[in-house]
This record gives sequence, structure tokens and C-alpha cells, in this order.
Amino acid sequence: MIPASFDYRRAASADEAIALLTENGDDAKLLAGGHSLLPLMKLRLARPSVLIDISRLADLSYIRADGDQIAIGALTRHHDVEVSELLAREVPLLPAAAGQVGDPQIRHRGTIGGSLAHGDPASDLPAVVLALGGSMVVRGPGGERSIPATEFFAGFMETALAADEVLTEIRVPRLEGAGWSFQKFNRRAHDWAIVGVAAVRRGAGSGANGGGAGVALVNMASTPVRATAVEEALAGGASATEAAAHAADGLDPPSDINATPEFRRHLAQVLVRRALEEAGA
Amino acid sequence: MTAVVGTRMLRKEDPELLTGEARYVDDLVIPGALHLAIVRSTYAHATIKSVDVSAALAQPGVVAAFSGADLRPEWAGPMPCAWPVTEDMLNPEHFPIAVHTACYVGDAVAVVVAETDVAARDAAELVEVDFDVLPAVVDLEDALSDRVLVHEALGTNRSYTWELIPDADAVEEAFANASHTVVERYVQQRLIPSAMETRGVVAVPAVYGGEITLYTSTQIPHILRVLAALTVGVSESKLRVVAPSVGGGFGSKLDVYAEELLCLALARRLRRPVRWSEDRMENTQATIQGRGMIQHMELAADADGRVTAVRARLLADMGAYLQLVTPGIPLLGAFLYGGVYDIPAYSFVCTGVFTTKTPTDAYRGAGRPEATYALERAMDALARQVGVDPAEIRRRNFIHPDQFPYSSSGGLIFDSGNYEPALARAMEMAGYDQVRSDQAARRSAGATKHLGIGLSSYVEMCGLAPSRVLSALRYVAGGWESSTVRFLPTGKVQVVTGTTPHGQGHETSWSMIVADQLGVSPDDVEVLHSDTSIAPHGMDTYGSRSLSVGGTALWLATEKVIDKAKLIAAHQLEVAAEDLDYAGGTFTVKGSPDRTMAIGAVAFEAFTAHNLPDGLEPNLEASSHWDPPNFTFPFGTHICVVEVDEETGKVDVLKYVAVDDCGTQINPLIIEGQVHGGIVQGAAQALFEEAIYDEDGNLVTSSLADYLVPSAADFPSMQTDTTVTPSPTNPMGVKGVGEAGTIAAAPAVMNAIIDALSPFGITDIDMPATPQRIWTAIKQSTDASGASGASGAGASGASGANGASGAGANGGPR
Ligand SMILES: Cc1cc2nc3c(=O)[nH]c(=O)nc-3n(C[C@H](O)[C@H](O)[C@H](O)COP(=O)(O)OP(=O)(O)OC[C@H]3O[C@@H](n4cnc5c(N)ncnc54)[C@H](O)[C@@H]3O)c2cc1C
Repeated sequence: MIPASFDYRRAASADEAIALLTENGDDAKLLAGGHSLLPLMKLRLARPSVLIDISRLADLSYIRADGDQIAIGALTRHHDVEVSELLAREVPLLPAAAGQVGDPQIRHRGTIGGSLAHGDPASDLPAVVLALGGSMVVRGPGGERSIPATEFFAGFMETALAADEVLTEIRVPRLEGAGWSFQKFNRRAHDWAIVGVAAVRRGAGSGANGGGAGVALVNMASTPVRATAVEEALAGGASATEAAAHAADGLDPPSDINATPEFRRHLAQVLVRRALEEAGA
Repeated sequence: MTAVVGTRMLRKEDPELLTGEARYVDDLVIPGALHLAIVRSTYAHATIKSVDVSAALAQPGVVAAFSGADLRPEWAGPMPCAWPVTEDMLNPEHFPIAVHTACYVGDAVAVVVAETDVAARDAAELVEVDFDVLPAVVDLEDALSDRVLVHEALGTNRSYTWELIPDADAVEEAFANASHTVVERYVQQRLIPSAMETRGVVAVPAVYGGEITLYTSTQIPHILRVLAALTVGVSESKLRVVAPSVGGGFGSKLDVYAEELLCLALARRLRRPVRWSEDRMENTQATIQGRGMIQHMELAADADGRVTAVRARLLADMGAYLQLVTPGIPLLGAFLYGGVYDIPAYSFVCTGVFTTKTPTDAYRGAGRPEATYALERAMDALARQVGVDPAEIRRRNFIHPDQFPYSSSGGLIFDSGNYEPALARAMEMAGYDQVRSDQAARRSAGATKHLGIGLSSYVEMCGLAPSRVLSALRYVAGGWESSTVRFLPTGKVQVVTGTTPHGQGHETSWSMIVADQLGVSPDDVEVLHSDTSIAPHGMDTYGSRSLSVGGTALWLATEKVIDKAKLIAAHQLEVAAEDLDYAGGTFTVKGSPDRTMAIGAVAFEAFTAHNLPDGLEPNLEASSHWDPPNFTFPFGTHICVVEVDEETGKVDVLKYVAVDDCGTQINPLIIEGQVHGGIVQGAAQALFEEAIYDEDGNLVTSSLADYLVPSAADFPSMQTDTTVTPSPTNPMGVKGVGEAGTIAAAPAVMNAIIDALSPFGITDIDMPATPQRIWTAIKQSTDASGASGASGAGASGASGANGASGAGANGGPR
């Protein structure tokens, strides 16, 4: 449980981190909260030769309102998301989910940016950002770009981030009173979800952030994934139960010691139904 | 001094533990120590064709690297097994590091010694082992078929068959005449003990005198000293074993481990201290595992449900080799398949089987949780057959209080017991009748969250052990314990005990006992232990033995101190010894309450020796070696209330009630602590924990992300109470409580789950009762029975997720 040897560099700014990434190429990895990366390194499943520590970039830790959106700095810890009054008011789904990530120790170290950049289908926050219809602000040598959440998760633990890019901000639309739910099914309180569901139900056409439902699933595919068949069924007027029957449509959920794919499909249907019922019409 | 025994005195050990002052093996600063890293087999079964350590040796900081063949001359004998349970038991020879064949994933195949831990681990990755892979055998019944042999030379995977059948005809007759028979098959999954502190070892050669000190995270420094000396071939007198602070053991540190012997041999060979510390993944593979059994359990009963005979047949998983007491573990439960019930005919047979997995050995409860589980599950099955409430079936069968001492049909004499009050109290605390009516209400309302209530009445045998009984069981050592009590000139008291606490609070309890006997403050009693140079005689700590055996030795030694003090006090007060009364640390002349002498003052007289009776030796010090005449038999009833979500298969424990009787109580606070931890550990077997192997013999659950040890968030606050039925086996009347919770909890939880699922006709779920298993069982039952719902189809086939191949599609650890 000791990582292979590596060099350690501490970046004083996002720009310096980008420069260090450019300099060191594929061998380098950004270190944020370290709660996904370091376990992999200790198991020697990840062996970056250079770690670029961005965990102290205080200017990337913030939560602020920006028009219709809430902007969250990539280095904001799960705990800060969990207790944010602004988020509790404007996007309560996000703190509710952040409060269920791991245990308090993990929530005080892990960052929202790390959670999203890691692209783990079993993580909670990617599904939440997908369901909300959020986007990622990333910065590279060529400047800044914004990637919608729907285009961000490219494959198993792969994202649209280029090797020399840093995720700087996560943007989510205000919920404006829309119903929401986060359902996490696990065996122990601090475990990853066996299956999870993030759901948002807006009244048709209400408010600046549009109408319709956003439903996304945790641990049901090789990436965090939207339950598009459920969303479509709802748009077509289906009830919660009818729509939930489509929760696993077209998905190929993983198999592990906690659940067979068949059980995961079933759980997704149960949890989506419960989420839609809780989120209301 | 007011008496402290029976009070909730805070533990003396805790300030040091809580402030981080306690020193575990890995905290010991030992200048110049080399670090050992172990290359382990990545195959469950493989011939070692060659081992090439040259690349490792070439690394900076590496001092030495060896294969098993290189180190073979270091061993004066093979790894010890102290419990050859039958005359013809097969015990394959094995050494701390495999020489020809690796027999489980984690078996040591090469070692690297370097100046730093990191250098040793990095170099270990460079050792090249050429394996010829052999087939693995993982499943117990498959192993019994001898399709694949773990040890070719033995010609079979069967290590032994051990029987306890006092009267075979009586058993046959009872089954032939039975109105009800229960025939069940239960699986005890393997468990990983998961002590919070993984193991650690340092062997330190003395700079002068040729002694080696072995600091190790062990429960058994005394036993280890003897057996390590024999295995490594050093004189016992040149080996000192010290267990510093030990962060939990649960039986897993009741062993003689390869790494202890390797550090000793390498320190001797390299003439430098050698240390090793286990990482968590190694701990899951290289430290023994617990349980691992298939139990065939049968009850015969009359029309009223009175049990007339029990017949238990076990297959017990030894793993790849026999460790210290591996084959004996099922035997510690062998006498308890009749439990708290008055059952006239008894039959127990156990067959030990080798598999290509980590060896098994003692794990909290060791044999007794397994026995209690099989019996308490079967009693519920009987209650269902007879059509009475589980509480009623138990009441009908309890041994009555006037039957004690009770000669069980298994051949033991239960010292004392009174089972019904514990059951009644537990039912009252659980609100049993209310839960039953809530359950019925939910069922008739068609709720999808089902209530279940589970009972578990248990008796265990503690206080290992009368040496003659151990001899009859072919255990190679005795079961006595020793203690020395000495007054220091200042009136402080030093206690030396042969027990080896590793979390149980002996320093506190032992101080309380002596404090009351000698009329001193418990703060003035110092308890020395866990160092073979300070406490040369001891049989250590396991099997809830320490208080009833070690505490009794202590009590007797203290009585001897008082007896000697009395002679000195009589001399000083110029009366005959018979004319003195003794109470609370003071001698008083009978009839003259003003003529007194405190025992502390006597101690000072004994020290100065200025004025002692003729022929009496100076100093107040005495030792006692106590060999108990019998085991002790703690008992109780636990009740668990669960809610099972039919849609997801998730179990929520709503309530847990425990009423335990461990005889006289020294410190109720410590008792509660032992019970709390024990309950959650037992419930963990029912709900969370399972060492899962794939068909190639790889341990899939080799990290704490996959091996689910519950936390405080996963279990409700427990309600505990006690009854007190003193043991006549020892002068204090104590029984032992270290394992009670673990023994009672798993069947209470599983009976509750089965009870909740009874509307589906489900009568069995394998442990742990995962959401997947419960959902599968419900699905099979509803698919199969349509409307009837009462098919009774067991669902034990509802194993975990398919293939148990762990990593599965989306990769391994996160
Ligand atoms: C025991 C345990 C339990 C957990 N349980 C849960 C759970 O229940 N639910 C859950 O969702 N998560 C869980 N986690 C994961 C936790 O939330 C992590 O904190 C999170 O997934 C990663 O965030 P981090 O800041 O620690 O990232 P790091 O580990 O530092 O980095 C993760 C990856 O993202 C990259 N990265 C990090 N920040 C950036 C950035 N700004 N720009 C570009 N790339 C970046 C890193 O290079 C690395 O590849 C658990 C972790 C542990 C150890």
C-alpha cells in the first residue's frame, strides 16, 4: 500500500498547473483531494511519474451565483457543497447528494472537480450534474472552453478533458423550486452506490432554465449516464411508474460482488420510480 | 476503601490509547532495523519452478533476497499445529516460506530485506517467480470429492473426521420415533477477522548475550515463544517475546505466523534487527480467516416440539494448511449443538477439508457461533413445523434451573444457568408482542416493507480450559493460567499476569479485583503482562478465558498474599493468627476493634524484615497457577427486529436487544463494551461480511472497500441488560463475556430476516443476507409459486452476484 515513486510539484495557479501538464505530458496527473487518485496509486494501479498538486488553489474553491446559474469552483470540497446555504436554496439536489459521498473524512478532502474529472460511473456527483443539465468550464494552453455535462463523460473513467487541461468550474442551473430527488442504494452507509438516481422535475416551460425532467443514473453503465428513455416517457405524459419501467432501457450495467446486471436493472426501476415520486410533478 | 468490583470504573488503558501514546509494533523505533517485504503467490495453486532474486538484489538499499529453498535450512521443524484432533489426522508439512508448491494466493514464495520499507517493497516487485499453475479447489464439497488434490502426497483432501456420538442407537431411535424432523443445510461463509491493527513484527538480536527479542502483534507471546523456539531452532531461554499495544485480534493473532519466524530467522542470519508490517491487502490473505463450514443440521422432536435428538454433520474448511489450532476450531463448538435445550440424544461429526485458500483458524467465538447459528436456525424451523411461536419452542425445550449442574448429552457439565428469565426480559425489552402485532398489521395491509423478529438463545463454553479435558481432546498444552501478586515497599501493588490483553481491559479489571481484596486504590495496582521476561508463565488470551482462568489465578495469588500478611500482622499485634479478622485491607483483633494493622503497613514490615516471625521469608509476594476444574457456561437471549424492503432486498435493523448472563460482574462498563462489539461483529456475518473467492482461488474481497466491515452508521443503538447467575467453577463466580455477542447475534439477525420473509415461503437465505440474495429469493419464490406463496422453497442457492468475479465490467478498486 505504498505508491511507486513519483515527483511532486505544487502549482501556485491554474495556469502553472497547465504549464506543468504541458511540460510533463501523459506521465503527469493533477492531484486535488486525492481520494480517488491516491488509492489507485497505493494499489499501484496508477503510476504517474509526476503529481501536480492543485489542492491549495484557494481561488478555485468557491460557490457563487452567476445569473441563472450557480458556479462552483472545481476545488470546492464535498463538505463545502454539502453545507452551502446558496446551494441549499437554489440547487438543493447538489448538497443533498454531496452529503452522501463516502464519510465525513472523505467529504472534507474530496473535491467536486476531482469527482467529475475522474469520470467514475459509480460516483454520485456526475449523475447529479447530468440530471441538472450542468456544464464544465475547462482551461488549457489554448484558453477556456465550456463542455456540457452530456458531452463530458466519454468512457469508463474517461472524460472530454485533454491531457493538458484543468477543470476550473462546474456550472449548474438554479432549480427555481423544481422538484428533485437523490436516491442512493448501498449496503453500508459510507459505500459507493450500487445504483443511484438523480432526478429533477420542472413544471413544463417554467422559468429561465426550461422545463421537463432530468434523470441520471449512478453505476448503471461504463459512464455516468442519463436515463433518456425515462425522460422521454415523462415528456410523453407517462406516470412515474410507467416512466420508471424504462430506467434501464438500452443500458448494460456492470456486474460485481454486490449486484448482477439483472438486479441493477431492477434497482434502477425501483429507485427511478421512488425518485420521480419524491420529485413530484 | 469502598469496593470497586461491580462499578462502571473507566478503563485505565484508555487515556493512552485515545491520546495516541500507546505504542504498537510499527511505532517502535528500532535504529538499524532492516525491512522485510514478502513476495506472495499470485496463484492459488502452483509449483514453484524457479525463483530469480537477482534483479531485486541489484536495487539500491537491498541487503538480501531469498527463495523458500534458500531459507529451508533455517527451519528446525515445520510450522506448528498444536491440535492433532485425531490420531490419523493428516497435517501436510509446510514452512514459513513455500519451498516447492504454493497452495493459496498469498502464500510466501520469496523475501526481500532492505534498508527501508519502500526499497524492500519496490525490489519485491522485481523478484521473478516461474510458476507452473495447478488447478485450484475452492468449494468445500468439491474439495471433498478429491477431484483436485491440494497436497498431492496426501492422496486426499480430507484431513480428519472427528466424532462425538455418545449413544448412536439412542439417536437412531429418536429419529425413528420423531413426530417432527428438521433437516437443514447451512453455510458458514468465510470471514476476515479485520483487526484494526494489522500484524507487525520486529526481531531484535541483543548486542550482548545472544538473546533475540521478538516484538509482535500477538495474543499469545507465551505459546509463540515455545513454538517459535522449536521451529527456528533457538533455545527458548534465548527468546523473549513481547506484545506491545495490540490493536485487536479476535483470534487472528492467536497463531504462529510465517512472518514471525521469518523475522527471527533473518535477524539471526543477518545479525541485524528485521521488521515487517502487514498492509491491509496482505492482512486479508496472509492472516488466518474464520468460519468456513457447511453444516448439516437435523433435529428430531415429539408432537409438542420437544427435541429428542440432534444430529450435526460438518464439513470444515481448513484452507491450504493447518495453522496453530485450525483443526480444533469446529470442536470448540462440537459440544454445543444442543445449546440451552434439554436434548437426550446427541450426534456430532466433523470432517476437516483442505482447499487452496488462506488457512482458517480461531475467529471470535471459534466454533461456538457456528453451533449456535445452526441450532437456533433449526429451532425456528421446528417452531414453523410445529406451528408455535419461536419463543414458545424455546421455552418448551430449555434446561430447567433445577437441573444444574446439568450433564449434557454432548458430555459436558454445564455449571449453572437459568435460561427463561433472560428470554422473558429480552422479550419485554423488545416489545415482542407489539412487534408481532405490527408485523401482522403490515402484512394484512399489503406493505412492501416487512417486519421480522428473530430470537437467539445461546449458551457457550468459556474458560479454556481444564487441562485434562484438553488432553482428552488431544490438544498438546494445558489450559491453566498463572499470576503473581507482590507488594512494593511503598504499599503499591504489582500484578503479573499470564493473560495477554489486546483491547479487553485486563489492566482495569485485574486492578479492581486486587484493589478490593487488598483494600487499596485500583490506581495503586500496576498490571504487568505480555512480556515473557516479566511474566514467564502464561497461556495467553482467547476463548473468553482470561477472567475466569487468569482472574482466578490472580484472586488465589492475592489470597496467598493475605494469608502470609496475616502471619506477620499476628506477630506484630502479638496475637494468634486465628484471632485476626481481615476485611478491606485491615487486620483487626477479634473483639478489639481498636487493635488493627493495615496490610500496607504489614507489607512494609515484610520488606524491612526487621521483625518477622521466626522462619518466615521476607516480602509479600505470592504466585498461583490455576487449572480450572470445568469450563464456565455463560448464556442469554438476544432479539433482533428487522425491516426488509421487498422491492430492493435491503435489510434495516430496527432494534437489537441483548440479555446476557456472564456470572458475577467485575466491571459492567467493560461487559457492555464487549457485548456491543461482539453483537456488531456477529451481525456483520449475517448482513455484510464474506470472504469471496473466484473459481481460480483469488480473493475478490481483498480490501475494505469490498470486504464490508460495518461502521457505527450501519447498526442501531443496542439495548442491553444482564441477569447474574454466578459460576460455581471459580471463587469469584465469573464466566466470561468476550465472545457472547458474536455467538448470539448472527442467528438473531438471520431468524429475523427469515421471519420477515415468511409470507414468501422463504425458509433460508445464505449469509450474508445481501440485497441481491434477498431479492433473488423473493423473485424465485414469487415466480415459482404464483399465488400460493407457501411453497417453502429454500433460496440458499441464491448466491451473490454472478461469478463473484469482483472487478467486473467497471474495473477494480476506485
Ligand atoms: C473510501 C472512499 C469512499 C468514497 N465514496 C464515495 C461515494 O460514496 N460517492 C462518490 O461520489 N465518491 C466517493 N469517493 C470518491 C471521492 O468523492 C473523491 O473525492 C472524488 O471522487 C475525487 O475527488 P478528489 O478531489 O479526491 O480527486 P483526486 O483523487 O485528487 O483526483 C481524481 C482524478 O481527477 C483528476 N483531477 C482532479 N481535479 C482535477 C481538475 N480540477 N481538473 C482536471 N483533473 C482533475 C486527477 O488528476 C485524478 O485523475 C470515495 C472515496 C473514498 C476513498
